[in-house]
Amino acid sequence: MKRDWLPLLLVPVVALVALPLVGSATSWVTLTVAGLAMGLMIFIMASGLTLTFGLMDVLNFGHGAFIAVGAFVAASVMLALSPWMTAESIWLNLAAVGPAVLAAMIVSGALGLGFERVIVRPVYGQHLRQILVTTGGLIVAEQLLKVVWGPEQITLSRPTELRGAFLLGDVAIEKYRVLAVAVGLVVFAAMAITLNRTRIGLLIRAGVENGEMVEALGYRIRRLFVGVFVAGSALAGLGGAMWGLYQETITAAIGAQVAVLVFIVIIIGGLGSVGGCFIGALLVGLSANYIGFIAPKVALGSNILLMALILLWRPQGLYPVANR
Amino acid sequence: MLRALLSDDLPRSRWLTLALLLVVIGLAVAPFAFPGAKSLNVAAKICVFIVLAASFDLLLGYTGIVSFAHTMFFGIGAYGVAIALTRLGPHWSSVAAGVAAGLVVAVALAAVIGLFSLRVRTIFFAMITLAVASAFAILASQLPELTGGEDGLNYRLPAELRASFRLIDGTLFGVRVNGRLVDYYLVYFCAMLLVLALLRVVNSPFGSVLMAIRENPFRAEAIGYRTVVYRTIASCLAAAVAALAGALLALWSSQTNPDTTLSFDIMVDILLMVVIGGMGTMYGAVLGAVLLVFAQNYLQDLLAVINAPLAGIPLLGNLFHPDRWLLWLGVAFILCVYFFPTGIVGSLRSRRTG
Amino acid sequence: MADALLSLRGVKTDIGRYHILHGVEFDVPEDGLTMLLGRNGAGKTTTLRTIMGLWRAAAGEIRFDGRDIARLPTPDIARLGIAYVPESMAIFADLTVQENLVLAARSGPPDPQRLDWIFARFEALKRFWTLPAGNLSGGQKQMLAVARAIIEPRRLLLIDEPTKGLAPAIIANMIAAFRELKDGATTLLVVEQNFAFARQLGDTVAVMDDGRIAHTGTMASFAADEALQAHLLGLGMGEHQ
Repeated sequence: MKRDWLPLLLVPVVALVALPLVGSATSWVTLTVAGLAMGLMIFIMASGLTLTFGLMDVLNFGHGAFIAVGAFVAASVMLALSPWMTAESIWLNLAAVGPAVLAAMIVSGALGLGFERVIVRPVYGQHLRQILVTTGGLIVAEQLLKVVWGPEQITLSRPTELRGAFLLGDVAIEKYRVLAVAVGLVVFAAMAITLNRTRIGLLIRAGVENGEMVEALGYRIRRLFVGVFVAGSALAGLGGAMWGLYQETITAAIGAQVAVLVFIVIIIGGLGSVGGCFIGALLVGLSANYIGFIAPKVALGSNILLMALILLWRPQGLYPVANR
Repeated sequence: MLRALLSDDLPRSRWLTLALLLVVIGLAVAPFAFPGAKSLNVAAKICVFIVLAASFDLLLGYTGIVSFAHTMFFGIGAYGVAIALTRLGPHWSSVAAGVAAGLVVAVALAAVIGLFSLRVRTIFFAMITLAVASAFAILASQLPELTGGEDGLNYRLPAELRASFRLIDGTLFGVRVNGRLVDYYLVYFCAMLLVLALLRVVNSPFGSVLMAIRENPFRAEAIGYRTVVYRTIASCLAAAVAALAGALLALWSSQTNPDTTLSFDIMVDILLMVVIGGMGTMYGAVLGAVLLVFAQNYLQDLLAVINAPLAGIPLLGNLFHPDRWLLWLGVAFILCVYFFPTGIVGSLRSRRTG
Repeated sequence: MADALLSLRGVKTDIGRYHILHGVEFDVPEDGLTMLLGRNGAGKTTTLRTIMGLWRAAAGEIRFDGRDIARLPTPDIARLGIAYVPESMAIFADLTVQENLVLAARSGPPDPQRLDWIFARFEALKRFWTLPAGNLSGGQKQMLAVARAIIEPRRLLLIDEPTKGLAPAIIANMIAAFRELKDGATTLLVVEQNFAFARQLGDTVAVMDDGRIAHTGTMASFAADEALQAHLLGLGMGEHQ
């Protein structure tokens, strides 16, 4: 079993194939950056979900709730700090965005803790009830969002210094997208380091393969699972906050809408694999943007098509986890 | 004779029988007992959703499959009739063609999804159906030449179903006997027939195998039942009935659009109906559908009453706001999954009669 | 006779609706190697898993060092000093050999002396140190599984069929390693189907049949009684290959 490089190559291959189809190099660069930004934001939201599935066979259909909560909390904080948001200084802008995002992560993480204890824990191992009950959690959470923030949509403008684009010759690259890519890569790097270089990461990787044996080695894996669940929820909140800034309008349904993309990504990547999730997210982001340009009609169905093609090639996703 | 009609699946409880009689009789006399366009609309909608929920119970309650794509088949049935009536004119032949087309597409799609995905695990399958359903909903709004896009299709119903049609001159119990009445009873009787047909299916040997597969798929496979085949057949049956429910809806309301047939809200509604009503009972779907449609239309009034004194208080007021009826149903849903897996029907049955 | 480190009394285990263990009773004396023998399906693996807490005993008592562990969760049982090598070996294939052992060494980095000991007996582990454990052959995986159990001192080792599917040379390696272990302060409870292997190593023996213990005693006396062996282990048992 050598290192499996093939799926990794898919990303540059897709990008290169798109180049002649797009036609113009400048458009291609813009689309590629957009695709990477979108893909990385989805990765942030999806990574926790795939790990909790790999670790404990639990799929939270209510994951969209954490995304939506993150978006709303961040929006509230940023609206409260609007003088800083509209200031002409990047530092003041970031001083508004930073705490907003942090608050989003904390609230989503706390919600995750509650969700795990109240909704998920009683139905460990019972997949049917798990699906039902987490979907119920999503419904209730979405309604509660409307209770707290009201049913109308919220408009959120990007901070002044993050609007507009960098101009490199003929190519326009949106500033916000660059930020999104940067944040996404930082999250990915942090996850990679944690998983590969720390003891906790070791436990998680082993637990995804065979939780029973990890327990037999003396580790209380349930506590680990709660931690991963909460981290995943916090990351979903971060992703939601960033997605909200990307879209600039936030409704209570935002979670459910993005959640479908998240599910597609983790199916493509292979349930339980962070690396697969990363590649899957990039593929989804890139293809959505390329096809949105080349053939707009097909754009929204392109994700399903991509999922179907990859499942035909590898029925368990790009990097199926060794066990189960 | 009643036993044969209900395929030997009796309510087995005085309360349940009472509730069901109320529903059946209430719906039968609805045009006369509750006159007015709105109440007739609610009654027709209840009939349609009874069928839709019952078909979903076949899948979820009896076969143990969670599929988020069920509304897709509902939409296919509705659009089948809608497109036929739009393209081929307001004739009964168009209706027949539309229904047939809808059935064929629904069953074919269900077969494909079934054979492809039923080999995979429950969670995987649920996610895939979610993705497929959302793609389909988007597709429907992106093909305006065929489906009328976001606004949907408006069409004329066959003459006999229109308000201008007169079956009998004059009125019966104060209600005009026109095409709308005919339309309503068409929907009503088709709904009852379909539910009785489903009762027959789940109480047949086929139904017993489905339940065995639901309980222990490995054992069933070991005994010799090809679980994939049975599950696929169940999926196709459920899809066909859902499509028929869609066709009924299209025949009732002379317009069909993505919101009323393909939205995720409808999927949520039928989930609530089946779980709160009682999974795996068929009667649960009936009661659940009545409950939910009522709640959608009348719970808001109840909540408004509770809300009035709380109106000023920021959070509390919002909690009981009429628009938040779904919140309370969602809570009821979660409680049912944990504590009342047999739903209303189960609770009614467990009350000792006597 | 040494005191029993582990003793089972009236242990009943059910899996779903099936009753597998019908009141298992035996002792594992301290500082020796007890062989748990029996035909296929006699309940040997279930017994080990029940001791380890992976399956919950429906009734009965399991005493380790005087303390009843029957209701403890698996991680707590492991932390009392019991190590488990399952029949499937349960190697973490995506982790390297090194990572597998680091994980098994709960209290800190693996002790270099112990590592040297392990490398001396199981040389392949040194060669594949930084490679994913999924690359190892069946026999090498078995070595890794055993190495994980002994990377730190443990009071009791539960080992399920260590020689299944192994080549004779490797089996000889195992025998040598186990001998050294039991001469140290470790107690071993080993499930085996290979009687030739078992008789070389076992001090005491417990034989299972149909979810119950059919015979206990010293290995010496059991090895001498061929009729009993044939009766309890089935005719034609003996050398495995």
